[in-house]
Amino acid sequence: MDLYQELIIEHAKRPHRAGLRAPFDAEVHHVNPTCGDEVTLRVARDGDVLSDISYDSLGCSISVASGSMLADLLTGENLDTARTTFAAVRSMLTSKGADPGDEEVIGDAIALAGVAKYPARVKCALLSWMALADALAKTGVNLSEESHV
Amino acid sequence: MTVPAPALAAFSDQELARIRADFPILSRTVRDGKPLVYLDSGATSQKPYAVLDAERGWYTELNAAPHRGAHALSEEGTEAYEGARATIAGFIGARADEIVFTKNATEAINAVAYAFSNSAAGGGGGAGERFRIGPGDEIVVTQMEHHANLIPWQELSARTGASLKWLEVTDDGRLDLSRVREVITERTKVVAFVHASNVLGTINPVDAIVARARKVGALVVLDACQSVPHLPIDVADLGVDLLAFSGHKMLGPMGIGVLWGRREVLDAMPVFLTGGSMIETVTMERATYAPAPQKFEAGVPNAAQAIGLAAACNYLTNLGMDRVSAHEHALTGILLDGLRERPWTRLIGPDSLENRGGAVSFVVNGVHAHDVGQILDEHGVAVRVGHHCAWPLHRRFKAAATTRASLAPYNTPEEMTAFFAALDTVPGIFGIEV
Repeated sequence: MDLYQELIIEHAKRPHRAGLRAPFDAEVHHVNPTCGDEVTLRVARDGDVLSDISYDSLGCSISVASGSMLADLLTGENLDTARTTFAAVRSMLTSKGADPGDEEVIGDAIALAGVAKYPARVKCALLSWMALADALAKTGVNLSEESHV
Repeated sequence: MTVPAPALAAFSDQELARIRADFPILSRTVRDGKPLVYLDSGATSQKPYAVLDAERGWYTELNAAPHRGAHALSEEGTEAYEGARATIAGFIGARADEIVFTKNATEAINAVAYAFSNSAAGGGGGAGERFRIGPGDEIVVTQMEHHANLIPWQELSARTGASLKWLEVTDDGRLDLSRVREVITERTKVVAFVHASNVLGTINPVDAIVARARKVGALVVLDACQSVPHLPIDVADLGVDLLAFSGHKMLGPMGIGVLWGRREVLDAMPVFLTGGSMIETVTMERATYAPAPQKFEAGVPNAAQAIGLAAACNYLTNLGMDRVSAHEHALTGILLDGLRERPWTRLIGPDSLENRGGAVSFVVNGVHAHDVGQILDEHGVAVRVGHHCAWPLHRRFKAAATTRASLAPYNTPEEMTAFFAALDTVPGIFGIEV
C-alpha cells in the first residue's frame, strides 16, 4: 500500500537524532489519547537557530518516522525555515490529499503525503510537529506563520 | 446420573447466510471494492433490518412524547415504550420496573456513582443510607476495567474522600483473587467490576466476588457491556445489585443503554439527572420523585432507540443466545489457534476457551497496533487498535496499544481466514522476522 513508503519504515525502525539530550530550553510531553502514542520533545535554541531537537517517542511507525524527519529537517535551522517547513508539512497533512507537498521544502517528510488520505492517522503524523510548536511557544516563539506578526 | 448437555453447534453456512442477509451494511465494500470483514463488534455491533425498521416505525407510526398527554399517539407511544422495557427485562430475566433506560452504559454507571455522592450530600433521605459514602469508606474496582467503569469511581473517590482500591490481573489475564479479602473489606461500600473484559475476553467469576461483597455488605455493580450481547444472562443467577449494558453493542441502536437494579436497590438509590417526568409533585421550593424506574428517567426519553433495542433483543432471542454463545466460542477458538501458530504475535488475555468471550487482543512484536490496523484495513478487515479505553490494563501488560478482533453472531469462519491472510502481510511490510 502507498501509505507505508520505504522512507517511513526506515525512519521508524532507526529514528534519527532520537533520545533526550541536554542542554535544552523547553521540554514538552504530548500524547495522542485515542491510541496512546507519546512523545517527549526538547528544544534548544541558540538565538534564532534551533541548535538541538531531541525526543523520546513511543508510537506507530507514522508518528515515530514523522518525529525523526522533523529532527533531521529542522536541527540547526533558523526559525524562519522552521516556520516555513511546519506550515508546509501541516498543510500537506491536513489537505485530505489536495496539497501533495513540496519535497524542496519538506525533504523526507514528503513520504508522509499518503497520510493525508487517512484522517485517523493525521494526528499521528502531526504529533511531534505540534510538540515542537508547543516547546517553542514555551521559549516565546510562535511557530505558526499566520499568527506571527 | 446426569448426562452432559450436547455442545451446541456454531451457526451453519446456511444459517449464517440468512443472518448476514439481515444486516445490510455487511454487503458493502470498503477501500476500493474489498468485502467488509467487520471484526469490531466489541466497539459497536452492526444492526439488522429488524432494528432499523423498529426505529423507523416509531417515527412513521407512533411518534409522540411518552408519558405525556392523553392523545392517541401519546398513549400508543407510551405503550410501545413500556412494552420495549418489558421485552428487554425479559431478555435478562428481570422485572420491567427494574429496567432504567439511559443513553448508554457509561451514563448508567455514572448514575450509580452519582447516587453515592448525592447520598453523601444528603440526597435520597433515609432510604439512601446504603449509598452513603465518605472518608474511611472504600470503593473497589479491578485493573481490567474499561474507563467507563473506572473514571466515575475515581471521581466519586475525589468528591467524597472514600478511597479507591482494585483487584489486579494475572499474567494470563485473569482476575487475581488471592488478595480478595484484603481488597474487599468491611470498609468497602461498593464493588464495581466487568463481567467480560473488552480487551482480554476474560469472563470474571461473578459468584466469588459477589460472595465476598455480601460478606462485607458492599453493593455490587456489574459492567455487562460485553456479556449481555454474547451470553445468555439471567440477573437472578448473577446475584449482583446493579448491572449496566449498552444497546449499540448488542445489535441495537446507539443512544440507548440500560441500568438494571434489584427493585429494593433502585428504590433506595438517590436520583442523578433531574427534571421533567421523573417527579411526583413539585412546588417552587422542592419536589418529590416518582418511583423507580421513572425517577431515573428525566426528560423525554430516547423512545425510538428503546424500541430498537427491544427489537434487537427479540432478534437475538430468535437466534438463541445459547447458539450465539456457541458460535462465537467456535470462532474465538479459530482466532486463538491462529495466533498461537504465529509466534511473532503476543496474545493479551487467556489462551484458553474456558470462561472466555470473543474479544481477542494481541500485539505484533515490533509493530505498533496502529500500523497493524492500517494494514488490515487496507484488506477490508475492520479491527480496533489502541488501548480500547483500558489504559491501565495495557500498562499492566507493557503494551502501548493492542490490536483487537471482536465477534458477533454474523461473523463467519471465512472471515477468520481473511483476517489471518491480511495479518500475514504485516511482517513483510515492516521487516519483521517470522
